[in-house]
Amino acid sequence: MTTVASVRETEMIDDRVAVRRRSVTPPLLYGALVLCALLTLLPFVWVISGSLRSLDEIRSDPGAWLPHDVTLGNFTRLFATEGFGGFMANSIVVAIIVVAGNVVAASAAGYALAKLDFTGKRLAFGAVMAALMVPFTAVFVTQFVITVDLGMADTLAGIALPSVAMPLSVFIMRQYAMSIPDELLEAARIDGAGEFRIFFRIFLPLGGPAVATITIMSFLSSWNNFIWPLIVAQSMSSYTLPVGLAATSQAASHVTDYGLQLAGAIVVMLPVLVLFLFLQRYFVQGIAGTGMR
Amino acid sequence: MTPTVVPGAARTARRFRGSRRTAVSWLFLAPFTLVFLLYTAIPTVAALGFSLTDLRGTDLRNPFAVEFTGLENYLRLFQDESFLRDILNTALFVAVGVPLTMGIGFALAVALNSGIRRLRRTFRIVFFAPVVTNIVAVALIWQYAFNADGTVNKVLGALGFAGPNWLDDPNLAMPVVILLGVWRNFGTAMVLFLAGLQAVPQDVYEAASLDGAGRWRQLRHITLPLLLPTTLMVSVLLTVFYLQVFDEPYLLTNGGPLGSTESVALYTYHQFGSGEFGMSSAASFVMLVLVMLVSIVQFRLLRPRA
Repeated sequence: MTTVASVRETEMIDDRVAVRRRSVTPPLLYGALVLCALLTLLPFVWVISGSLRSLDEIRSDPGAWLPHDVTLGNFTRLFATEGFGGFMANSIVVAIIVVAGNVVAASAAGYALAKLDFTGKRLAFGAVMAALMVPFTAVFVTQFVITVDLGMADTLAGIALPSVAMPLSVFIMRQYAMSIPDELLEAARIDGAGEFRIFFRIFLPLGGPAVATITIMSFLSSWNNFIWPLIVAQSMSSYTLPVGLAATSQAASHVTDYGLQLAGAIVVMLPVLVLFLFLQRYFVQGIAGTGMR
Repeated sequence: MTPTVVPGAARTARRFRGSRRTAVSWLFLAPFTLVFLLYTAIPTVAALGFSLTDLRGTDLRNPFAVEFTGLENYLRLFQDESFLRDILNTALFVAVGVPLTMGIGFALAVALNSGIRRLRRTFRIVFFAPVVTNIVAVALIWQYAFNADGTVNKVLGALGFAGPNWLDDPNLAMPVVILLGVWRNFGTAMVLFLAGLQAVPQDVYEAASLDGAGRWRQLRHITLPLLLPTTLMVSVLLTVFYLQVFDEPYLLTNGGPLGSTESVALYTYHQFGSGEFGMSSAASFVMLVLVMLVSIVQFRLLRPRA
């Protein structure tokens, strides 16, 4: 308020000036935004054009922006000889375990934290907050030791298990559950419904948007997860896509095989980008609502 | 609601219902709690324990060979020139990356919030796309674009400059690594700023423009002060991201050339890779303390909004 008042005292500009300025700004603004958008999209242009170029073509002119002869050879090589079909199957299996785990564990935990009164509630919420804060770097050595002790090194279960109940999912679910009116649940309680019945019959059906956000967020984090699968997976049979892509591109025979590497990059990023195009609301909500991913 | 005759029985019943409710509640919390104990609580405590020992990768099958060494790992850590260099590298990443990411995110948020209609959705999708894009894939694109005869140098060549070998030059590798981090994160900053901007009541701007305040003045005297909480939140958030930076340097340069892009997180990983679990845990504990401190500030800032 004081700012507005001081502006009034110091500056008096004709209304028409302000109106004219507003009509002048948009073309400039659009120009700047389009430029920024093109710069942001540059890597996508490079990856698409590079993945369609043959090995010979890339060797003879590595920096060309567009392919001379378009070929899908790099993509067929990925699946025929580099094992990308298997990596993709592993990524899908891990993602299914992670998403299912998060939907079940986070809905239940979020419901309890938001809607039930019990001994130790503050402690449980403190655990969620602590889990949000602890950096992965601080725990991965011990997580690996535990995974080895559980006999899950080099298995898909070992890759998925630490992420099946992410604190971020619990947090999202709790925030959402707080917005559901107590009266709804109380009415069912008076009718004699047990807590589990209330959870499954009343709370979960209302939890759609939060469940959707959790599904998207946990899928995203599972599909893109790199360091942990890199540590746990020791043989090709348990590589997920990002680990397989990194291994393929670092193999001595492929170091300058950019076409193959970029085709692999497209295979890894395409599923998430397509999902994002259709469901961007949930992606943005998940990240804007919490500031974390 | 039957009235109870004996008060003592009522109390017992209530206590019974209370403990039953507690049991049911913890049943709801059981999956999360199990995973939390196994993969967060125990590892955090154990990491502190490991950091006080000479645990090595080869000791996993022979735990009795491990010796308690007190603070020796920490002493070695702070005498290790590469660790000190990595702290500086990480600090540089934070000091350059955070303001750059926030500046771009803020400018785009203000531009998208300035009342434009056409293409607004498209712009938002484009600017947010890097956030969801797989880092391993993007790092490969970066290597392709920034190699000695890559697409970037092709453009520089056309403009008459001899392009350097970006990722093999100790002075140029870090800027390229930071650029990747900024590219990947400015969309997050933008979305958070947009959320903040949309909470600013429009009539404040209307009043200001009736009083003749131009766009620039409105930005300086209305938007910036009202967005202070969002700005603080975003800066702390990005600081936590960049303090832990691992993927970008690992994938682009693996910390090289000559360690010029090695971060603290990457140091931890390299120690782990060479079997020095004790040293790795000590380094990671230093990281934990740093991140915790910044995170506590973060939650203090977030609380009034939640």
